[in-house]
Formats: sequence, structure tokens, C-alpha cells
Amino acid sequence: MATFGRACLILGLAVALYGIAASIHGARSGRQDWVVSGRRAVYALAGLTTAAFAVLEIAFLRSDFSFSVVATHSSTTTPLFYKMAAPWSSQEGSLLLWLFMLSIWSSLVLFLTRRRMREVAPYATAVLLGFGVFFGGLLVFMESPFDVLPIPPLEGTGLNPLLRHPSMMIHPPMLYSGYTLFAVPFAFAVGALITRRVDAEWIRSTRRFALGAWLALGIGILLGARWSYSELGWGGYWAWDPVENASLMPWLTGTAFIHSIMIQERRGMLKIWNASLVLSTGVLAILGTFLVRSGILDSIHAFGASTLGVPFVSLIAVMIAGSIALVVSRRETLRSENKLDSLLSREAVFLGNNLVLVALCAVIFFGTFFPLISEAVTGDKASVGPPWFDQYVVPLALVLVLLSGIGPLIAWRRASAAGARRNLLGPALVGVAVVVVSLALGAGSSPPTVLMFGLGAFVIAGVVQEFWRGARARRAMSDDGPLRSVVSLVRRNRRRYGGYIVHSGMALMFIGIAGSSALQHANDANLKPGQSMRSGPYDVTYVRPTSSITTTAGGRLEKVNFGSVLDVRRDGKHVTTLRPSRSFFPSTAIEDFGPVGRFFEGEATSEVGLKAGLTHDVWTAMTPDIDALKPIIDEGDKVFTKFANDPGTTPEARSQALAAILVGITENYRRSPPPTTFRVIASPLVTWLWIGAIVIVGGALIALWPTGDPARRRVRAGYAARVAQELGATSREPEPEPEPEPVRSA
Amino acid sequence: MDPSRKRRVRLVTALTIALLLAGALVYTTFSAASPERIPSQLSTAQAGQSYKLGGTVVAGSVRRTPDSMTFQVRDPKGPAKVKVSYTGSVPDPFREGREVIVTVKRDGGEFVGQRDSLVTKCPSKFQSDTQS
Repeated sequence: MATFGRACLILGLAVALYGIAASIHGARSGRQDWVVSGRRAVYALAGLTTAAFAVLEIAFLRSDFSFSVVATHSSTTTPLFYKMAAPWSSQEGSLLLWLFMLSIWSSLVLFLTRRRMREVAPYATAVLLGFGVFFGGLLVFMESPFDVLPIPPLEGTGLNPLLRHPSMMIHPPMLYSGYTLFAVPFAFAVGALITRRVDAEWIRSTRRFALGAWLALGIGILLGARWSYSELGWGGYWAWDPVENASLMPWLTGTAFIHSIMIQERRGMLKIWNASLVLSTGVLAILGTFLVRSGILDSIHAFGASTLGVPFVSLIAVMIAGSIALVVSRRETLRSENKLDSLLSREAVFLGNNLVLVALCAVIFFGTFFPLISEAVTGDKASVGPPWFDQYVVPLALVLVLLSGIGPLIAWRRASAAGARRNLLGPALVGVAVVVVSLALGAGSSPPTVLMFGLGAFVIAGVVQEFWRGARARRAMSDDGPLRSVVSLVRRNRRRYGGYIVHSGMALMFIGIAGSSALQHANDANLKPGQSMRSGPYDVTYVRPTSSITTTAGGRLEKVNFGSVLDVRRDGKHVTTLRPSRSFFPSTAIEDFGPVGRFFEGEATSEVGLKAGLTHDVWTAMTPDIDALKPIIDEGDKVFTKFANDPGTTPEARSQALAAILVGITENYRRSPPPTTFRVIASPLVTWLWIGAIVIVGGALIALWPTGDPARRRVRAGYAARVAQELGATSREPEPEPEPEPVRSA
Repeated sequence: MDPSRKRRVRLVTALTIALLLAGALVYTTFSAASPERIPSQLSTAQAGQSYKLGGTVVAGSVRRTPDSMTFQVRDPKGPAKVKVSYTGSVPDPFREGREVIVTVKRDGGEFVGQRDSLVTKCPSKFQSDTQS
């Protein structure tokens, strides 16, 4: 099987190399048959990597430890669900996942554009296959997932317990989807620049892919944040860690891109800017993939130094040099067809939002790479922490939210002062009211937080106003009910209203972030049963300890859990009962520890006790002092070793004895629990972060959902706009509307 | 002023502002950053300056008190070690023998960890457990 998987990869590499040659030859000679053949090479690559990925997945499901990567990343005690997710916990498997997703998305975009973009597509095909060759080459020559062990071990190392969380199934694939989807607009931008076809067509053809990339990467980032919040015994969701920043940077430039392309689509402006943005997003996506693997920066996601540094740095250098050469040599063709008419226009606001997003990305880039910069400049490696990031990101985020509220309310080209005032007044009043209420409720200790609440409310009120006005205009033209008119409003212009929904979700999220980061109480205390601690308005009492042993479906011991029952009260009234616990997984270094002791020397993970609420979350985690149990564990080791060394002991009797001793230890834990450190966090409004995230996903899906034939839609929308203008049915300034209104997403 | 000249003036103004902001950012960052150190390099540490201390947690050195903990950190390859007292969150993978990074300030012969700054380099994805 391993040979088959490896053969698929080698064949895929060959097919990709052929496809590059065929596409470029076809494009240069104008021979369509070569172009078609190049495209089919992408489909073939997709088929081959799918087969290779399936081989790896099956090996993990069957616990086939003759595969070296299965032996080091899975085990028979790993639950089935996590066996399925284990392939991408390895370097090799995750690179294969990258290639697999790249080939699928490339096939999809080339299939959808097969009758269009005849000049640009062959070069885009070559670029996409170029990425295929790079990752295929890594998999074939450097990090093969199909290495076999001459003598397969009986048991594998197991999936790292820290990765045993449902998010493991979807967080990495989402991130990789985002990274690989951004390769699509990158490739088409390169094709458009090479062929000097820099009109808006390549943008229109890849818009959904850019939006899809933005959404997938966003979901990936959010799932990571949620994972951190609900699983790690820390209670935060963002730490400005290099690996987190690596995923945020392409997302920020991607956000800028999906806004600024609307200006190019409508007005033929900002072509150099857009080309640069999409090319940098592509580079940042590869940089993100690289940072995760290189170990050049200290991270809590220590991935270990690997040999991939040189190839990745070479690829990034080629991408940057090529991008700069293309943009510079094409600068004449990239000239703007129009000029900015007025600073009071949606274009100007978009431009402002772009500058803020790029500034955010630049700040984060600088902070992330500061250790390397500092070492190069002063010879001393120094780094910056979360306070540094907050200091720069908070003001920029405030401006960003403000602009995201103004954008939808202001007309294209040139807004009249009176019109702007009419559209902005209502939402601005709502924002001011929220500021006043927040101050009255005592949030004044953090001015940026109060300001963010006001700006968030401003954005949401603006979106509500747009929906209300749009629905009213529709009702004037038809006799639909209120709900129906909103639905048909959204259906007629999904890109625009989906974008507005995304904006409101973003505002909710920023409110959640501001509230939970500035106004939270985090307390740590070492308690014995019966003792209490206080966090914010909550009194938390350690009622009693709990303990249990988890076995897998096959009856094998997976982990030992020590937990607690906590009683949470506010002003003396019972709020909830929480049950945080800590799970201990056996160490795999069997020879270093005793058979019982190894259960307490391996990885330990926290199961958080969480009560989520619309105003407050109460978050709890615990760390029992295992050292206090050491005498009992040592005693268990002694008893067990004596029993197991008796020649008459059968293997069954041995495992029964081990189970009995572990049960004894857990019972002892319940009888006389060791002192335990509890961490309690009272976090206001954090739930709105997750609610906002769900709203964003909903809005983005509305904007993304495939529509009918674009040409027919354009005719229909143009007709509708003319009719609307003639009827004077809209309350806003008439907008020159040659095409459906583009979306603002984020 | 003719439009193209006006545009150029605007562009130059914008670029100047951007450069000034970038300069301010670079300047403040160099003074705000914490140098990365291992225990043997901390002998010359100045009080008041924060350092990002990296190293291995010494076996048997972890002591927990009701509201804080102390542990010793040693060079990854060497005997030099320093004592750190720390409050705040302790990451799940923290244990003796693991590599940790913690932001510290000097306080006499000891180092005081900044609250919640302790991170553990976990033998996470892409690295087999046997290496830890």
C-alpha cells in the first residue's frame, strides 16, 4: 500500500511538470489542445493526490504501524475519531493535505473557467501546478508520508493528547483550505499580469475563491481561538503567537483585497494596488505555511526544526521577486481608468479601510519577525509580547470598525454632505447612546473598550438601517410582507447584503473581544474541599473531588481523570455547578517510569468547566498537585512489579492488576484529595465573539452561494436599477448602477 | 494648483506620514522589547528590565504555594540555573524537564515571572513524542 501511495505522488509530480510545460507551450503557441491538456494534468494531479491521501487515511484507520508516520502519530488506544484526524498531525501528512486541497481547488477553478479566460488561464494553470510541483517534490524527496518500517512496532506512540479535541478534525483542514484557496487568485493575478489582461475579468472569475479563502481561513482562525479557550487550561483565545499571527496576516490582506477589487470592478481603479495585494496575500499564505514548520521563531506551537527551511525560503524569494518584476514591468498597463472623485465617497472609505488593514498586517509582521530583525540589527535576539501588539492593534481596530460602519452608508463616487448626514445620523446617535449606557454601567475604566462598544453599535445600527430602507423600498414596489421583503431583498443582491451581515457579525465580535479582554477577572487559588475563592462577582466553592478512568472501545486504558465539583454563586444565589477536570495520559517512555507511575508522567490536558452566558462566562480549570500522590503511586509501582514478575502471572491477570491499582489510586484521590490550584475567569461578553463568528459565516455563505448565469443576472439587475430610478423608488441618492452592487465583506 | 501637482503633493504627504509612523514604531519597539536569554546569560541582568527567559525546568524544583509557584530553569545544555517565582496560568504541558519560556524581571537573586507569561514549548504537531 505504501508503495502505491508513493507511486501516486511520483506520478503526480511528473504529471504536474508535464502540465506546466503543456500550459505554457499552449499559451505561447496559441494551441488550444495543449492548454486543454495542461488543464487535464491538474485534474489528474487531483485524482492522484486523492488516492495518495486515501492510502494514508486508511493506514491510520487500520493502525498499520508499518507506516512510520502512523507508528509515530497514532496508536491502538487512540479513539477512532482522532485516528481520522491524525494524518495531519504529522509534518508529512499535513504537507500531503496541503497538496491534496490545492489540487482540488485548482481543478474546481479551472473547470469553472474552462470556457472563459482563454489567455490568462493557461498561465494560472502553470502557477498552480508550480505549487503542486513544489509540495509534490517535498513529499517525494524530503518528507515522504509513505516511509515504511522494516519491523512494524506492536503499538504506536499515539496522537498527542493535546490534539485530542474535536477541532482537530476541522481546524487544520480549514486553515489549509484558506491557504490553498488564496493560491487561486494569486495564480490568476500572475496570469493576468503576464498576458497584460488586467481588466476586472480575472477578478470576477476568482472572486468567489478569494471570498472562500477568506471564509475558510477565518473559520480556521476562529476554531483555533475556540479550541484554545475551551481546552487549554489558560482561558484566553489569542496570544499573538507567531503561528497565530502567520494565519492572521494573509487574512488581513485578503480582507483588504476583497474590498478593493470592488473598486476595480466598478471604476477600473487601484489596479496596481489590487495586484500587489493579491500577490502579497499569496506570499503571506506560503509564509504562514512555512512559519508553522520552520521553527525559526519561538512559538508555543513548537513544531521542531525541520529541513524544509531552504526550499520554502527559496519559494518565497521566487514568489516575491517574480511578483515585483511583474507589477513593475506592467505598471503602464495597470494605469487607473478613473480618478478618485471625492474624499466623501465609498471609494475613499474603502481606500481608508485598505490602508488600515495593510497597516495592521505590517505591524503584526514587524512584531512577529522582530526577534529576527532585532538579531540582525543589534545582534541581540529580543521579542515583543502581547502588550506591544495591543498597543498598536487596538487603535487601528477602532478606526477599522468605524470605517466598516461608514462604508455601507455612503454613496459611490461623490456623496453629498446632506445625504451622508441623513444616512449617518441615526446610527451615530445609537453609537453615542451605547457609549453613555456603557459609562453609566461602569465600563469607563477602559476608554478604548467603551469606544469599541459605541462603534460596534454604530455599525450594527447602520446595517439595520440599510436593511430597513431596502425592505421598505421593496415593499413600495410589491405587496410583500416585512419578512418576505427582507428575504427577497437579500436574494436579489446577496453579495451586498451578505456583506452587510458579515459587517454586523464583525462588530459583535469586536464588542466581545473588547469586553472580554478589558473587563475580565482572572483569579488563581490553591483550594481544599470546602474552601472558596472569588472572581469578579462570583464566589466559587470547591465542593468535592471526582475521579475516573477512561478506556477506549477496545477496553484499553486511555487516561486517568481527576476532577472536581464547583459550586458557583453570585450574591449568595446559586448560579451553576461546574465540573472542571484534568486528564493524565500515560507516558510512552515506558522504561523511564514505573508501570503505574507512567500514567502520571505523560501529557496532561485540562477539561474546562464552562458556563457560557450572554453577559458573562464563568470559566474554570484545575491543576491537582500530583506530587502529593507520589507515595501512593510509588507503592502501586512496587506492588505491581512484584506481582508482574511472578512467572505464574498471565497477561490478563497483569492488566487486571494494573487496572485495580489505578482504580485504587483514583479512589484514594477522592478520599483524600491533594491541594489543587484552580483558575477561575469571569469574562464578560465573550459569548458575543462566538455569536459574531456564526453571523459572519452566515453572511459570507449568503454572499458566496452560487448564482445563476452572471450575464443574465447583470441584464436583469441593470433593468431593475433603471426601473427603480425611473420610479424614484429608493430613498437614497440614485447610484450609477451598471452592475449588481458588490459585497463588502468584513 | 493643477490636479496632477495636487495629487503628487498628496502622495508625498501621505508617504511622509507613513514613514514617520513606521519610524516611531521601529524606535519604540526596540526600547520595549525583551531580550531573549538563557539562565547563564542572566548574571548581568539589570533590575527593571524584562527578559524573555528560555530553558529547561529543573527536575524536582517545582514548588506550589497557595497562590504562586516557584521553579528553577536551567540552560538547555549546561548547568547554570536560576530560580523563578511565578503567578498566573500554567500551560497544560508544563512539567519538570520541559522547555519553557517565561518573561521575567530581576528581584535580588531571584527572578519574578510576569503574570500569565509562562509558555511551554510542547512537543506538539510535527514532532514525535519520543523527542521530548
